[in-house]
Amino acid sequence: MKVDFKLNQKEVNVDVDENTPLLWVIRDVLDMKGTKFGCGKAACGACTVHVDGEAVRSCSFAVKFASGKSIRTIEGLSNGEDLHPVQQAWKEEIVPQCGYCQPGFMMATAALLDKIPNPTDEDIDKNIVNICRCGTYYRMRKAIHRAAELKNEAS
Amino acid sequence: MSKKKISRRKFLVRTSATGGVLLGAMYFGGCGVVKRKIAGIANTAEAPYTGNTDDPMIWFEVSPDNKITLSSPKVEMGQGTFTGMAQLAADELGVDIENIEVKHAASDSGNIDSFATGGSTSIMSLWVPLRELSATMRQMLVNHGAELLGAEPADVEVTKGNITAKGKTLTYGEIAQKVTEWKVPKTPKLKNINDYKYIGKPVPRVDLHDKVVGASIYGIDATMPDMLHGAVVRSTHIGSKYKRADISKAEKMPGVVKIVVEDDFVGVIANSYTEAHNAKDAIQVEWETDREWQTEDIEKMVEVGQGKPVTIQKEGSAKRVLANSDDVISLAYKSPIGGHAQLEPNGALAYVDGEKATVMLSTQVVKITRGEVADRLGISKKNVNIIPTFLGGGFGRRLHTPNAVQAAILSKAVGKPVKCYFSRKEEFQQDTFRPPTHHVLKAKMDESGKLIEAIEHNVSSGDVMYGSPLVPRIAQPLIGSDVGAWRGGMIQYSKIPHYRAVSWRVKLPFATSWWRALGLLANTFAIESFMDELAVKAEMNPVEFRLAQINDDERGSRLKKVIEKAAEESGFQDGVMANGRAMGFAASTDANTPVAQVVEVSIENNEIKVHKVTCVIDPGLAVNPDQIRAQCEGAIIMGMSASMYEKMQVVNGQLTPTIYGPYRMALMKNAPKEINVHILENAETPGAVGEPPLGPIGAAVANAVYRITGKRLREMPLSLG
Repeated sequence: MKVDFKLNQKEVNVDVDENTPLLWVIRDVLDMKGTKFGCGKAACGACTVHVDGEAVRSCSFAVKFASGKSIRTIEGLSNGEDLHPVQQAWKEEIVPQCGYCQPGFMMATAALLDKIPNPTDEDIDKNIVNICRCGTYYRMRKAIHRAAELKNEAS
Repeated sequence: MSKKKISRRKFLVRTSATGGVLLGAMYFGGCGVVKRKIAGIANTAEAPYTGNTDDPMIWFEVSPDNKITLSSPKVEMGQGTFTGMAQLAADELGVDIENIEVKHAASDSGNIDSFATGGSTSIMSLWVPLRELSATMRQMLVNHGAELLGAEPADVEVTKGNITAKGKTLTYGEIAQKVTEWKVPKTPKLKNINDYKYIGKPVPRVDLHDKVVGASIYGIDATMPDMLHGAVVRSTHIGSKYKRADISKAEKMPGVVKIVVEDDFVGVIANSYTEAHNAKDAIQVEWETDREWQTEDIEKMVEVGQGKPVTIQKEGSAKRVLANSDDVISLAYKSPIGGHAQLEPNGALAYVDGEKATVMLSTQVVKITRGEVADRLGISKKNVNIIPTFLGGGFGRRLHTPNAVQAAILSKAVGKPVKCYFSRKEEFQQDTFRPPTHHVLKAKMDESGKLIEAIEHNVSSGDVMYGSPLVPRIAQPLIGSDVGAWRGGMIQYSKIPHYRAVSWRVKLPFATSWWRALGLLANTFAIESFMDELAVKAEMNPVEFRLAQINDDERGSRLKKVIEKAAEESGFQDGVMANGRAMGFAASTDANTPVAQVVEVSIENNEIKVHKVTCVIDPGLAVNPDQIRAQCEGAIIMGMSASMYEKMQVVNGQLTPTIYGPYRMALMKNAPKEINVHILENAETPGAVGEPPLGPIGAAVANAVYRITGKRLREMPLSLG
């Protein structure tokens, strides 16, 4: 089946089985590797992308549902060289260790800040439910608060 | 840089005293005293670096734009080793750290570690060799640069990758372009530690930017032209044997290129990951299973007294004192089967082209992976190139890389590159688990009732070292005890007159192996919970109780200092605090690095909530204080996750759960909002960092819970029921 959608603001069209998870279309058909496979069951969040601004776990989102929508991945989070406030904060707090789960966390955080510009710790606990095995949650929480500050300063 | 006509000499001759003693001791293996000696050596030895330490040409490449590539035989799995290595190199090379790019050495570069990346050994073991290699590299550039400028090396000034003499300047890059015949000089004297610009500073991770923009390449991201995808049929039941497979349905599935059946190996090659896995799931396999294992069977097997005992530590006559006393306190503790659960599943991309093979993957054992692929394909190791990538978590999981061989078999069958990865279910079922443990601790207090007279730790565990490709099979029985299983299992309270530790070895029917810090988490949980119980019985403050029973030798005084500092920084209080919280204390010594932790805990809705952790670590010289903090924070959260939530079960022969969620792990909401790490540096060289801080956390939390509830939790994962 042919599916058209926007990926990081560029029109793309792919010809794949309509039930193929969006994750594998992004990674293996469109060759963008920043979005990670963790579990294939929407249980870990490593594959989080934005679909029309909503955080979606792309391993369990059939590509047919992306039709006509705007998808954003970690590669499209920054504006060219200008890092998104979430990425900037992640750098300031030196969050990543192995780094594998981090794109998913950053995408989830960016979507959270669009809805809740100044999240409380409770908002973070409730909305950021991805899994990090290196245990970077402590720095991540600090980075989320910092990202909110940076984003508010910029706007 | 040209590699032509290098005159080489061995300018760094290093022999490992530890290795010699170990080998000597192994020769006399079998005798109990010798096995104990080996255990003692394994407990305190510093790991030497066993790869190349004498050829800067295979470590460094200088490009015309004056960038230096450091080709690392150690892999980066989050522990920050690339950053530490860049710091060591930049300081001795005399360049800005921004001009160093660290990348993984492919095995055909010759810069290959003969051991592994693991055991918290990388920076410790490279501390001298990498600085010497860097200094030698600098001297070589200076010598050749001086020649080009018509000056004496002694008259050359080095600043940030430039050399200046007689008013003229050359960059390292310019020198490298002009030299055709390199002469490796004698290793110069290393700089004074106080003159270092990067070592000792909280330098940001060198891989930070790429990891923040999603550009880092992990094994699963590797690609090659014309690449196909593979999946391999695997048994889902413990001990089941393959009988036959019906591939007729799978063969007709969309995207399937080929199905390979060789003996008990059944693999699918398809055009995409999903097609490969869908076809694999459609293969009807008949298995033979003679027993359906259950969790209770496994728990019974690991009870102290069931396996083979080896005394690993003995001071005084603990056995006799405890046997002849009628007021012995004896308590048992246990820990469950633990999964690695790292986010990047295992797999590999292999391309077998005739007699040559190239494999890209996340591995902690480049050399072993290479050997296994070469052996299975029946080709020379020289013709196998292993290209390591960033690891999406290591934690010991990638000390086993059978996927490399499987991907190679599939690639050979189609003559194209094949990428073959586990599904998450496979990753959980095929894990090489942290073994379950059972501990029996016994103690007798002295006449004052305030100090321990005799103590004994019995730890029974599934295998860690046994069966691992890291330790030669022949050496395993000679070493005697499982040095991985008992790690952290020795008594560190050296002032106790009689102490003893016994390791009981059990071979379980499924794979158990290395898991970050090995036995440290479970052993410390048992010993430090028991110490707390004894302190309560002695009506002593648990910090003072511990301090009173540690000798003032070097090891003891370093341990005392972290304990004192943790008590001071946390404002340690014994008992419930005004806000209803309580503090818990625990300490451990692992690979010569002592760590003490204090946690602040409350009970909310019958769940344990950890609010704050104070962690004091003494890893010796701190190469990168920020990354030491990061390792402590991460180890604390991983240790909390393992000791408070995680448990694999064996149900009707299957390891379960096989997905995150049901395999409960720490999430953001469970992480402490405050983690204060304090670093002491009471040793002159860098020591272990990545694993030691995982030790105390489980016991510290359990000890805090006791103060709130009066209930002793002697089993991981900690549950209030």
